[in-house]
Formats: sequence, structure tokens, C-alpha cells
Amino acid sequence: MTKHALRVVVADDEAPARSRILDLLEDCAASLALQVVGEAANGRDLLELLQSTPADVVLLDIRMPEMDGIEAAQHIQKLAEPPAVIFTTAYDTYALKAFELHAVDYLVKPIRLRRLYDALSRVRSITPLSLDVLQQIAPEPRRHLSVQERGRVLLVPVDKILYMRAELKYVTIRTAEHEHLLEESLVRLEQEFRDRFVRIHRSCLVARDYVDRFERSGEEGGEGGWVVLLRGLDERLPVSRRQQHVIKDFGRLNGV
Amino acid sequence: MAGVAAMASINQNMHTDALPDFRNLGVILRVVLIVLILAGLAALCQSPSWDLLFNRFLQVVAPVQPVLVLSLVVLWALEPWLRQLDYVAGIAVVLLLELIVVSIIYRVGQEVFQGSLYDGLERYWLFTAVTTGLIVYYFHLRNRALSPALTEARLQALQARIRPHFLFNSLNAVLSLIREEPKRAETALEDLADLFRVLMADNRKLSTLDQEVELTRQYLDLEKLRLGERLRVDWHIENMPGEAVIPPLVLQPLVENAVYHGVEPSAGTGVVSINAYKARDEVHLVLRNPYRKNGSHHSGNKMALGNIRERLALHFDAEASLRTTVTEDAYQVHIVMPYRAQA
Repeated sequence: MTKHALRVVVADDEAPARSRILDLLEDCAASLALQVVGEAANGRDLLELLQSTPADVVLLDIRMPEMDGIEAAQHIQKLAEPPAVIFTTAYDTYALKAFELHAVDYLVKPIRLRRLYDALSRVRSITPLSLDVLQQIAPEPRRHLSVQERGRVLLVPVDKILYMRAELKYVTIRTAEHEHLLEESLVRLEQEFRDRFVRIHRSCLVARDYVDRFERSGEEGGEGGWVVLLRGLDERLPVSRRQQHVIKDFGRLNGV
Repeated sequence: MAGVAAMASINQNMHTDALPDFRNLGVILRVVLIVLILAGLAALCQSPSWDLLFNRFLQVVAPVQPVLVLSLVVLWALEPWLRQLDYVAGIAVVLLLELIVVSIIYRVGQEVFQGSLYDGLERYWLFTAVTTGLIVYYFHLRNRALSPALTEARLQALQARIRPHFLFNSLNAVLSLIREEPKRAETALEDLADLFRVLMADNRKLSTLDQEVELTRQYLDLEKLRLGERLRVDWHIENMPGEAVIPPLVLQPLVENAVYHGVEPSAGTGVVSINAYKARDEVHLVLRNPYRKNGSHHSGNKMALGNIRERLALHFDAEASLRTTVTEDAYQVHIVMPYRAQA
């Protein structure tokens, strides 16, 4: 492994907090080969930055607007060479307990020089974060899903997704304009987003907000099943017999 | 000293044994309710069947009503004087007043109804004495339940707590200033010290609106340090009654809530608007901040609001209110308190 200087990125929504860490990093640089390669004020900016600027470690604040640190860390894992993550937080009992439990590295603000130095010195040897652990730690559902396309990581806002459908190894996620392939399990997604999506078929979740109406499908008079129509989409998605209670739950039956 | 007196009159719960504040709406309502319940019980005892109960109740209440109204008026009028008496003397005077009131009403009643009333002034005296005794005892118990020891414990438990989140982030922000802008770091630490002095002070003492606004400004200066352009505050306090006496730490925790829930979760600029004014004899505080439906941390918010609501109740009883309104994109808290000027 080449022993180049440690490339560090600082992500925090508060400017003074960033400048404090930068001061400390400067102090560290006296005895540790490191180089600050960028700063970001929220998770989305961070991901954007990391796509173009490879880094070895990110000092990542947990509580940030738009996209919090824990969600950002999940998306970062999809990068070709994800940097190590050291979480920073001023006060967050829930997250800290989870970090302890899963041996995730973190620093509490105000950060001590010594602690930062120690954390950076061992950063090359720590085991990378696993997506599994991050998902367990996350206090709430992600606001975006990240997909790998043409060598880049793309963020898809969850509230733009009309449906998710399991297909062989992948899950297809459909927005009004596009289709993306996601390498996650549908069961997992269903658990995480149960407030937003409802299962209509063994292999399909639809967004409640986009449900337009349900219709009888197929032949006249036959025991045809139901299909659901989503706003902004021409597709008719079949509702399986086992999930027909969903239709009742919606309580607005058209075309009966 | 004058301030202490003003405080005492606002805060009936702070005394061990004192007569209730007869000008307090909550006290008046409680007296009326107790008398009506007693009348109801009397009617229940007298009535031979359920059907006649209501009729009987009206018969019992008919002579009680004028006594009740006249008593409340007399006590309301004499309240400032009664307040100066000590507890036992106060009870004696109140009892005497009640007996006089009932005698007057009895005489007038005899004139008007020509003896069709139940006879025997002594029976009315007895009823009046027992009722007065029960009411005095009720307020004694209530005072004990809210006794200084207990109230203190409750108020201390209710002590507005600043979020640790805010403390550590602020300390972090100050640390970031020390190397580059030591002067600003000094001011920030001074603000922080002032804020904590108030937070750790005795919260049973009342403060003034002016002081509360000043404290809130210091708090906001600290938040601006961290949040910079993201935090904007619109003050509408040109017509506020700065001398109004209010419980401490009512405004600042609300603003802290507004910043935590309304400004921090958004990357853009969030506007917190603060309105303070006087209408009729009430002080109004209206606070508005942006609101996002899918934000988290609601439980913390409810706790802070519950805390303030309970402290308002301890200080003003039924005369203060706190209402929250949620619209599509804004969250509003509206507090109404009785206006008492600092003497």
C-alpha cells in the first residue's frame, strides 16, 4: 500500500465547527502526514465532492440538514473506493449508544486534539463500515436511495419514487421519468419505508401518495384480478390475491 | 420590595397558608363549583326520586345563588385588604363576611317572598359556616399540594433545560473563534455565562418581559455564531409592555425550539418571528417558525411545551394559556398571560 498523505474531508453544516476541525487538523499535520482535500456542508454536497475527489477519511457530522451524516455514510459506501468514516457529534445519546454497540468510530464535539490525532492515526487499520450496521443505526428512513450508474453514485429522492419491483438480483425503482436498478433487498426496503410504500404483490411496493385508483383487470366476467394505477404513469401493476386487502384499506374504489 | 409584592399577588401558590386570591379567575371558578356540588348533594339527599332531583336542585340553588354572587363580589372588592391580614384572622374575617352576606340576603328574601322561604336564619348560618369552612379547607389542602416545598420541587423539575446539543455546539463554536477572533469569543462566552446564570437561578422568581427579551437576544447571538446566515429573526416588539411581569424562561425555550425544529433542519434561511404585545389586560407572545412535516424530534418539542404550559399554570392558574397551531409550512405558539406591571 502506498503511504501517501492521508486525504481528509470535513463535513459539517456549521461553518465554525468546520473551521475548528481545520485548525485541529493543522495541528495534527505537524506529526502526521495529512492533507485536507475538501469541505462539505451537507451529505449531498459531500457525496458530490467525493465523486470527483478521492479521500481516505471523512470527518462526518451526524446532524446536518437535507441529508444527515448516517444516511450520507450509507451512500458513500457505494463509491468505488469508499473513504473511512469518523462520525462527529455534539450530543446525540441515541447515535452514541449505537456506535458503541457496533464499534463505530466517533468523536464528540468539542473535539480534543489528542482524540482526533489518535483516530486519524489508526484510520488505515480500522475495518470499513458495513451497510448493515449503518442501516441498523439509522434512526429514520433514508431520504434518498443511491444507485450506481456509469461509474457514479446517483441519488434518487425517495419521495419521487412511484414503485419498487424486485427482479432477479435487483430491485427496479421507478420515478416518473426514469428507471434505476438498486442492489438491495425488497424485504429490507419494505421494512425501512413502510410508512410510505405498501406491498401490492410479492415482488412490488407502490408509493401510497401516488396511488390513483384500483381497477378490475382482464376479461369481462372472468375472475380477473385487480390492478393499481399510479399518478403520472401508464403502467398497470397487478395486485396479487393475497394483497387485495390493500384495496380495501385505501377505501377509494373506482370502476367497480 | 414593591416587586416582591407584585410577585406575591400574582403567585398565590407561593405561600404556605394564605387566603386564595379572590380576584383570580381560577379561584372564583373553584368556589362556584364547590358550592354547586354541595347544593347538588343537598338536593340529592332531599329528593325522593331521580325525576324530582333537578327540580329540587333548582330549589336549593335559588337561595344559594344570590349569596354566592354577593360573596364573590364582596371578596373581590376586599381582596387587597384581606391580603394584608394573616391567615387565621383572614379566615375569621371571611367567615364573618359570609355570615353577614347570608343575613342580608335572608332579610331581603323575607321581604320579597313574605316568609315563603324556609325559616330559621340560624340554619342558613350553619350551612354558610360549613360551606365556607369546606372551601377554606379545600384551598388549604390545595396550597399544601402546591406548597413551597412541593412547588419548588415541581418548578425545579420543570426548570427549563437547555439542550445539551446547544451547549456543546456553542462551546465548539466559541473554540473555533479563539484563535482567529478572540474578541468575539469573549463576547460569546459572556453571553453563554449570562444564559446559564438565568438557567440555574431560582425559577420561582418572576421576571419581566424586558429581561426575557434581552436573554433571548443573547441566546440568539450564540445561535447566529453557529448558524450564520441560516438563522434570521424578525422581532415585532415595538408595542410590547416591557415592564410586564412574567415567569422566567418562557420565551427563550420557545425560541430554542423554533431554531432546533424550524431552522437547523433546513440548509436555506429559516425565519423565526417573535411578536410581543399587550391587548386589553393581557400579554401576548406569538412565535412562528418554518415547519416541515417529515421532521423528527417531535417528542422533545412536546416536552418543552408541556413544561412551559405547566409552569404557566403554576404561576397564573387558569388565566394563562398556550396554544399551538400547525399550518402547511409554519408552526406557531401563542401564549396569553394576564398583564401585571412591575410595581
